[in-house]
Amino acid sequence: MEVFLEQLINGLTIGSFYALIALGYSMVYGILKLINFAHGDFFALGSYIGYTVLVFGSAFITSHFGLWGGMIAAMLVAAFCVAFVGVVVERAAYRPIYPAGRLPAVVSALGASIFIQNTIMVIWGPRYQAYPASLIPNIHIQLGNIHITLLQIVILVLSFFLLGILYWVIQKTTFGAAIRATALDKDTASLMGINFNRVIFFIFTLGPALGAMTGVMVGMYYRQISFTMGWNYGLKAFTATILGGIGNLPGAMFGGLILGVLEMFGAAYISAAWKDVFVFLILILVLIFRPTGLFGEKVAEKV
Amino acid sequence: MAPLLVVEDLYISYGAIEALKGISLYLDEGEIACVLGANGAGKSTLLQAISGIVPIRKGTITLQTDVLNNVPPYEIVRKGVSQAPEGRKVFSTLTVEENLNLGAYTRKKKTDEVTEAKERVFTLFPILKNRRKQLAGTLSGGEQQMLAIGRALMSTPRLLLLDEPSLGLAPILVNQIFTIIREINEQGTSILLVEQNAHKALGIAQKGYVLENGLVATSGSASELQSNQKIQEAYLGGSALKNNK
Repeated sequence: MEVFLEQLINGLTIGSFYALIALGYSMVYGILKLINFAHGDFFALGSYIGYTVLVFGSAFITSHFGLWGGMIAAMLVAAFCVAFVGVVVERAAYRPIYPAGRLPAVVSALGASIFIQNTIMVIWGPRYQAYPASLIPNIHIQLGNIHITLLQIVILVLSFFLLGILYWVIQKTTFGAAIRATALDKDTASLMGINFNRVIFFIFTLGPALGAMTGVMVGMYYRQISFTMGWNYGLKAFTATILGGIGNLPGAMFGGLILGVLEMFGAAYISAAWKDVFVFLILILVLIFRPTGLFGEKVAEKV
Repeated sequence: MAPLLVVEDLYISYGAIEALKGISLYLDEGEIACVLGANGAGKSTLLQAISGIVPIRKGTITLQTDVLNNVPPYEIVRKGVSQAPEGRKVFSTLTVEENLNLGAYTRKKKTDEVTEAKERVFTLFPILKNRRKQLAGTLSGGEQQMLAIGRALMSTPRLLLLDEPSLGLAPILVNQIFTIIREINEQGTSILLVEQNAHKALGIAQKGYVLENGLVATSGSASELQSNQKIQEAYLGGSALKNNK
C-alpha cells in the first residue's frame, strides 16, 4: 500500500509535468494543425534559464527571497523569457511558412527545435548541469510509512494550480471559447470579430511560458538537467497529447496525468527499465481501439 | 442620405478564377436587399468580401463613409457588419450559449448590451433558450440556422449578411425563418440576403440583384423582379407558377 501511494504521488507529479508541456503541443495543434516540435525545447530552455537565475542570484535569493521565493522567481523569469522566444520563433520560423502548407511548417518546427537545442548547448555546455542543492528546499515529510518531500507537494499543488487556471481560461471564459472556436473554424471565428493573430500570440506566449515553468520545476525535482531533455519530455508530452486526443485541451491534461501514473506504476510493479515500453504499449492499445484518443470524441454533427 | 452599403465595381479572384467581375450594388438603411443567382454565381463570395474574408482585387466596398477594403474581418464586425455564413457554421463542440457569447465577442466589455442582445435573440428564437446548455452540434438543422442568425445578431449589427438561411430546411421552417428575418428588419437592422429561394426572398425584400457568372445580370425592385418574365423562368419556376394560377 505504501508503494502504491508513493508511486501514485510520484506519478501524478511527473504526470502534471507532462500535462503542462502537453498543453503547449495541443494548443498549437488545435489552432494551426502544426506539431510544434520546438515546444519540448522551450521547456528545456526554461529549465536552463531557471538554473541561471538560481545560480547567479543565489546570494540575493537566500538573503531576500528565501528558497521558495527563489523558486518562484526562477519560474517567473524563465516563463517571461521563454514566452518571448516563443513569439519570436512563431514570427521567424512559422508565420512566413503557413501559406506553403502543413508539411513545410513541420520541417521548420524540427529546424527550430534543433536550433534551440544547439543554442542551449553552446551557451550552457554539452554536459549535465545540476540545480544547486543549497538552493532547493529539502524538507522531508512522513505520513505513516509514506516518504515524500515538501518540494514534491509544492510542485504538485503548483502544477495542478496552473492546470486549473488554464482549464478555467479555456473552458469558462469568452476568450477561451474564442480559442476553441478558432480551432474549429478559423474563418467563422473571424466573422465573430475574433482577431486570429491575437489568438496566435496568446498560444505562443502561454504555451512556452507553461513549458518554461515546468522546466524549472523539473530541474528542482530531479536536480539534473541536460540540453537534450526537451526531446525526452517533449516525446512523452506529445504522447500524452495523442493519448488524450490531440487538440483537446482537457484531454491533454488528463493524458499527461494518466501517462505519468502509468509510467510510475509500470516502474514499480513491472520493471523500471521497461517503464517506457509499458507507456507506449498503452498508447498503441489506445490508438488501436480509440484512434481519436481517450477524450477526442467528436460530437455527431447534423448537416 | 447616403446608402448604408455601397459596393462599386467589385472584382474578386481565387487564383486564376474570377469569381466576381465588376459588381455594383447598394443598400439603404433599413432595407432588405436580396441577391439571387445559381450556384457558383458569386453570391457567397460577395458576402465574404464584405466581411473581409476574401481579398478584394479591384473596386470598393463602403459602409456609409468607411471604406472596408483591406480592413481585417474582426474590425468589420466592430463597424457593425455581421454575417450568418452559408451552411450555418455553428461551433459544434461549443454550447449554444457559448456560440451566442462569441457573437458578442466585440462587445464583451459592455455587459448590459450583451444581456439585452441575448434577450432579444431568445425572444426571436425561444427554442435556443431551452437549448442554451446543449452543444451546438446536437441541434437540428433548423435550430442551427436559428443559432447562426442569433449569433450574428449578438453584436447588434447595423447590417446583417445572411447567406442562404433556407438551405436544406423543411418548408415549414423556411416560412418561419423568413418571418423572423422580416421581424429582425422591422426592428431596425438592414439586411443583405443571399438566397436560392428567389420566391421567398423577393417576398420580404424591397429590391433584388440577380448574379450570373460574377456579374449583375438584372436588378430592380422586388415587384419588378417578381413580374420579370426571364426571372420567373430562371428562378421562380415560371411555367409551374403560371399553371398554378
